[in-house]
Amino acid sequence: MKTLKEIELESVTIRFAGDSGDGMQLTGDQFTDTSAIMGNDIATLPDFPAEIRAPQGTLPGVSSFQIQFSHEDIFTAGDAPDVLVAMNPAALKVNIADLLKGGLLVVNSDSFNEDNLKKAGWKSNPLLDGSLKDYSVLQVPFSSLTRNALAESKMKLSDVDRCKNFFALGLMFWMYGRKMEHTLQWIQDKFAKKPEMVDANIKALKAGYNYGDITETMASRYIVKQADIAPGSYRKITGNEATALGIIAAAELAGKTVLYGSYPITPASNILHDLSKFKNFRVKTFQAEDEIAACGAALGASFGGEIGITATSGPGICLKSEMINLAIMVELPLVILNIQRGGPSTGLPTKTEQSDLLQVMYGRNGDSPAAIVAPSSPANCFDYVIEAIRIALTHMTPVFFLSDGYLANGSEPWKLPELDKLPKIKINHPQTSDGPFLPFTRDEKTLARPWAVPGTPGLEHRIGGIEKADKTGGVSYDPINHHNMTMLRMEKVKRIADDIPPAEVLGDARGKLLVMSWGGTFGTVRAAVLDLQREGKKVSHCHVHYLNPFPKNLGEIVKNFETVLIPELNTGNLSVLIRSQFEGARVVPYNRITGQPFKIREIKEEIGKLL
Amino acid sequence: MTTPSALHYSKEDFVSGADVRWCPGCGDYAILSVMQKTLADVTTIPREKHVFISGIGCSSRFPYYMNTYGFHTIHGRAPAIASGLKCVRPDLTVWVITGDGDGLSIGGNHLIHCLRRNMDLKIILVNNQIYGLTKGQYSPTSEKGKITKSSPYGSIDYPINPLCVAIAAEASFVARTVDSDPRHMSQVLSRAYKHKGSAFVEIYQNCIIFNKDAFAPIIGREHRDDRAIYLENGKPLIFGKGGTKAITLKGLSLRETEFATAKKEDLLIHNESDPSPAYSYLLTQMEYPEMPVPFGVFRAIEKPTYDGMMEEQAQFAREKKGAGDLKKILYTEDTWTVTS
Repeated sequence: MKTLKEIELESVTIRFAGDSGDGMQLTGDQFTDTSAIMGNDIATLPDFPAEIRAPQGTLPGVSSFQIQFSHEDIFTAGDAPDVLVAMNPAALKVNIADLLKGGLLVVNSDSFNEDNLKKAGWKSNPLLDGSLKDYSVLQVPFSSLTRNALAESKMKLSDVDRCKNFFALGLMFWMYGRKMEHTLQWIQDKFAKKPEMVDANIKALKAGYNYGDITETMASRYIVKQADIAPGSYRKITGNEATALGIIAAAELAGKTVLYGSYPITPASNILHDLSKFKNFRVKTFQAEDEIAACGAALGASFGGEIGITATSGPGICLKSEMINLAIMVELPLVILNIQRGGPSTGLPTKTEQSDLLQVMYGRNGDSPAAIVAPSSPANCFDYVIEAIRIALTHMTPVFFLSDGYLANGSEPWKLPELDKLPKIKINHPQTSDGPFLPFTRDEKTLARPWAVPGTPGLEHRIGGIEKADKTGGVSYDPINHHNMTMLRMEKVKRIADDIPPAEVLGDARGKLLVMSWGGTFGTVRAAVLDLQREGKKVSHCHVHYLNPFPKNLGEIVKNFETVLIPELNTGNLSVLIRSQFEGARVVPYNRITGQPFKIREIKEEIGKLL
Repeated sequence: MTTPSALHYSKEDFVSGADVRWCPGCGDYAILSVMQKTLADVTTIPREKHVFISGIGCSSRFPYYMNTYGFHTIHGRAPAIASGLKCVRPDLTVWVITGDGDGLSIGGNHLIHCLRRNMDLKIILVNNQIYGLTKGQYSPTSEKGKITKSSPYGSIDYPINPLCVAIAAEASFVARTVDSDPRHMSQVLSRAYKHKGSAFVEIYQNCIIFNKDAFAPIIGREHRDDRAIYLENGKPLIFGKGGTKAITLKGLSLRETEFATAKKEDLLIHNESDPSPAYSYLLTQMEYPEMPVPFGVFRAIEKPTYDGMMEEQAQFAREKKGAGDLKKILYTEDTWTVTS
């Protein structure tokens, strides 16, 4: 009987890496679900190639899924993995540099044959040549052990081999004291129509778990205790899932139908997939012939008095720009989701970036202002998409919702909202008019025009992209009118600032250094600042959710600090806006454009240089 | 609510009062006037339920002059905007006004997809075979060799035939009429209004400034007896003064013949509801100067509309899953509870 050490850890970061066809996303997902259910805080980072199936065993075909699970509150999927599970030599090659020195490397030793080594560009076998001496290496013949476990299965050998990810998952479950129930249930539901698959995957999972239990290869097991999480109901959610649910919720809150016009594009497509399942709600999905039509259909729905939403990623915004400008000109609500990815052009479809802020801020002809909001975590995509819809409907303006690939695919536990506490979105459609109806009169406070919808007798009117006369909306080429209308459109968007919460500062309200972030970099920046504050460093953090207009107090916040460090996954979009709007601000940009999220360590180093 | 029987409109009820700014003598005046009169006569829904959506071009100013809801949008995109509107507001009758440049050049893609979906829209394509608003460049329907500002040596583009496009997209209603024949135009517009599904109407229109009399060789007073055929469902295609000539079908070819001497079984009998688009496609191939040109309804078939099917699916989902319950989709099976 071996004596097994149980070591308690605060948090662990595991990266599962393999071929695109090895099921690494699924394996990571299952580990995440179970960890969340067991009460850890979690954050995930999937990373996969744009190609559906790159050639097997090659470097471009490597897919990975990183999860951090913790006893403490965490904000990111972890800088560097403590554990790397590599299913083949290519996965090892791509990921080994990230593994912490001294970290645990679990490899599928069966896959380290000459052919695979060659495909991955290893000159000699790294398991034998000492190149892994900095790590604790655990060689497990996943493929042959899985074949043994499934010796009685009637499935084809190629199908049997595909179960090896469950063997690996089982082993990780054992090593970190995870329960198998959730995954066992999941397998049964997922393969309900293929009993032989249920049987095989369950056997592989259990065999992996038992392998940990009975072999003496491992000296210790690790425990990550439950996190201290606020009471409530939770589920694990990705940004895109939360966005879809937020859209459905907003439709209920406004008592309106959503028309979601979209053309498939990575990484926005799965919002369309999600929404198209919920046809019993007030949501209609329209897969259009192109990005332009998707946006046009959404605008048509807005004209009809319902909620028009279109979603895309950067290249699609280029195509939709003219339609968005029409929405600005006719002053109709429109919500544009931009799930940003690496650019320009096709760029890096599956990688994250925040380089579309200036595009959505300025990328249209004429002086054409639109509102911009950005979520900061997978879960709060729910809140901010509702907010985008609320602003669009109540201020009669297009609103951009700037998510990104990292938020879209990353996941975290989500404390579910109490539905009856979500505020209703109140909309007023005029029903009558004293005298001729004037479609371009304005609400005194917001400057929003009345939203009269077709079908209302007596309010028949025409709108269009040509400049219109103030109040009547008739075509006007009058010089002074054009000046006034341009200023009114600008002012209308500015006044949204009266209707949004102030920005908040974590740490001292004034001082030497403020770190300012927006969008998906929140978690990393927040974690870095908290770390340094715990070390006694004087640094504050302000995360901006409203990018246009800015919260009213943002200028004051900026003025209260000698230096504002703005880390962004672009060449300095927010830096440009802060400098242009707050004269005298001393902005230090920190920019990385690698298609990967920041690491906490990088941000801490940059902060360190300025303290 | 106004019941259809209580609707007594006159043409003036559909006149918006905005100054009409087409060139004097433009064919668009006739189209506007016939539309206003026809709607007053045939509408079975109140005026406020009609919406006119247009793109860019001379004819796309149309909505400003109709006293209905209207939306003058951007170049080529009217079918997309109209589709979105129809999806959420199936109670409305949505008209799309487009032109040969707007509908077939910059907006060709949307037109095709709108027609193939059988979205319940009435699409009026005003074809004058020229770009008018940009002051006279050749359009996708201009004849090859046309000399314009942008083609001083003659255009080298083969023209596109609007009705071929519509039939290739399997539009459920396809018709052609002409600005100079208000009675015929009114009949066609009335049929389009009554059709359930995408109704596509090409109107030959005379651009008096940049392409004057483009259709005169076909439809001009002195030529039209011999060069135009007015289609009547169930009847042979006859033309010529006094109906002396007819069209026969031999194999895949259409031929002119003397009506009196033609064998009855060889005569082509118009069948607008032929389920195959092949027949109506053949008709579109009757082009000047080789053949007389047909006017009227080429094709009118019934098939489910996109907006109708969209509503059916929603209905089906509600019956199967019950009305949407937000709590159910938020608090899913994998929800866990943390207690203090």
